[in-house]
Amino acid sequence: MNARALKRFVPGGRWAVIAVPFLWLLLFFAIPFLIVLKISFSRLAIAMPPYTPIVEYVDKALTLRLNLGNYVALFTDSQYVVAYLSSIKIAAVSTLLCLLIGYPMAYFIARMKPSTRNIALMAVVLPSWISFLLRVYAWVGILDANGILNRALMGLGVIDAPLRILYTPLAAYIGIVYCYLPFMVLPLYANLVKLDLRLLEAAYDLGAKPWQAFLRITLPLSRAGIVAGCMLVMIPAVGEFVIPEMLGGPDTLMIGRVLWGEFFNNRDWPAASAVAIVMLLLLMVPILVFNRYQQKEMEGRLT
Amino acid sequence: MNPTFGQRLLRWTVLALGYAFLYLPIVLLIVYSFNASRLATVWAGFSTKWYGELLRDRQILEAAWVSLRIAFWTATAATVIGTLGAMVMTRFHRFPGKTMFGALITAPLVMPEVIIGLSILLMLVSVGAAMGIPSKGMVAIWIAHVTLTVSFVTVVVSSRLQELDKSLEEAAMDLGANRLKVFFLITLPIIAPALVSGWLLAFTLSLDDVVIASFVAGPDSTTLPIKVFSSVRLGVSPKINALATLMIMAVSIAAIVGWWLMYREDRRRQLDMQLALQENG
Repeated sequence: MNARALKRFVPGGRWAVIAVPFLWLLLFFAIPFLIVLKISFSRLAIAMPPYTPIVEYVDKALTLRLNLGNYVALFTDSQYVVAYLSSIKIAAVSTLLCLLIGYPMAYFIARMKPSTRNIALMAVVLPSWISFLLRVYAWVGILDANGILNRALMGLGVIDAPLRILYTPLAAYIGIVYCYLPFMVLPLYANLVKLDLRLLEAAYDLGAKPWQAFLRITLPLSRAGIVAGCMLVMIPAVGEFVIPEMLGGPDTLMIGRVLWGEFFNNRDWPAASAVAIVMLLLLMVPILVFNRYQQKEMEGRLT
Repeated sequence: MNPTFGQRLLRWTVLALGYAFLYLPIVLLIVYSFNASRLATVWAGFSTKWYGELLRDRQILEAAWVSLRIAFWTATAATVIGTLGAMVMTRFHRFPGKTMFGALITAPLVMPEVIIGLSILLMLVSVGAAMGIPSKGMVAIWIAHVTLTVSFVTVVVSSRLQELDKSLEEAAMDLGANRLKVFFLITLPIIAPALVSGWLLAFTLSLDDVVIASFVAGPDSTTLPIKVFSSVRLGVSPKINALATLMIMAVSIAAIVGWWLMYREDRRRQLDMQLALQENG
C-alpha cells in the first residue's frame, strides 16, 4: 500500500478541525442533557449525590427503576403548571414589546447613511457589553417606591402617591424588554439593511403609499429577521432567572425561579432535572426553528 | 424618494426614545455612584466615598480577580474552538453529522442559562471524577463558560469568514501552499479583527454570568457576579454603583479604542487600494 492510499485511512486535518468543537460540545453540552434526563427519573435521597441510582445490579438481577414521581408532580401540582404558563406568557409579551420597539429602530438605522449607521448600530449593542446584572440592578433604583421615576412623576405633579412598580410583574417585563432589546434589533437590522431599495421605488412608481409599500414589501421580506429576533428573545426569556428574581417580586412566578428553588433551596436535584426536561421539551420547536435560521446565516445561504 | 417632514419626525422620535430607554438607566447608575447618601435614590450631594469603600472591600476584589482569570482563559479557549467551528460552518459543506454539528453549535446561543448550569453540574458530578475534573470550582466554571461562549465566537468569526474573498486563499493554494499554511498566512491575518471581537465577547459573557457560575462554583471560587448578585438581591447598594461605573468606563474606553483601530484599518486599506490602482494605471 503506498503512502497516498494510506492517507485516506488516517484522520486528516479536516477531521481534526471538525472534531475539536464537535467533541467539546458533545461532551459538555449534549451529553449533560442525557444525564439530566436520567436523574429526572430518580428519587431524592439523603446522600451525595442526593439521588438514587436508576439502574442497580443486586443478587444477579439488573433492575431499572424509572421513577415518574417527579413528572407526575409537575402535572398535578398547580404551582408548576402555573409557573410554566406564566413564563410563556411573560416571555411572549416581552418578545412582542421588543419587536414593537426594536423593529422601528432597526428599520430607521438600516435607512441611515452607511457611515452613520455603523455607529448607530454600535450604540444599540454597546449597553450589552456592560454587565447584564448591573443593568438589571439599575432598574431597582429607578422603579423603587422612593425611586427616580416616582420622584420625577411626583415632582411634576403627575401622581400623588408613589406607583408600586418594583417587585411586581410589570418590573419584570420592563427588565426583560430592556435587556433583550439589542438581541431583537441586531437580526432585524442585518435583514433590513440588505433589502433591495429598488423594490420600494418600483412600488412608489406604481402608486403605492409608503405604508402600503411597507406592509406589502418591507414587512414580508423581513420575515426571517423577525423570526430570528423573536426566537433570540423568547427562548432565553422563558427560562430567565435573574430578572424576575431581582425585579419581579414574589408575584412573578417563572419556571427558571422554580428550577433554581428546587435545586438550591430544596436541594431536590431530581425535581430540578424534571423541571429542566419539560422546559426543554416546551422550547424544542422554537429552538429547532432558530437552529435552522442560524445555520443558514452562518453558511451564508440566507437571502 | 426623499422622506417627508412627517417621516423624518417619526424617525428621530423613534430613535431618540429608543436610545433614551437604552442609556438612561446606565447614566443614572453613574450619577448615583457619586451620591453621598446610603439611600441610593435620594440625592445628598457629591461624594466619591463609595469608590473608596469598594476598593477596600477585600471580598469584592478577590471575587473580581477570580472572575478575571476565569474570563481570560474562557475567552482564549472559546476563541480557538469557536474559530474552528466557524471554519466548519462556512467552509465544510458536506460531511456526515453536519446537521448535528450545526445544532450543537447554534443551540447554546438561546439555551436558558438555568438549564446549561444544571446540566453541566449534574454531568460533572456523575462522570467528572472519571475524567479527573472536580465538579465544583474554577475549572468547572471555566468548562461551563467555554461551552456557553464557543457559539458566540463562531457567529462573530463566521460572518467575517463569509465576507472574506475566497480568491485570495485559492490563489495561495494554486501557488503551492498547503491548507495549514494558507490558514495561518492568509486567512488568519484577515479574520484577526473578528477573533479580537470574539475574544472580547466571550470575555464579557464570562465576566457577566451569575446563573451558570452559581451551579458550579465552589467555596473558593466565588465570582464577581455571584458576589454582586448576593449584595443587590436585597435592594440598592451604592458600592455596586461605583463598581458599575468603573465597568462602564472600561467598556467605553475599549469601545472607543476598538472603533478607532477599525477606522484606521479601513483608512489604510483604502489608501493601499488607491496606491495599487495608481501603480497599475
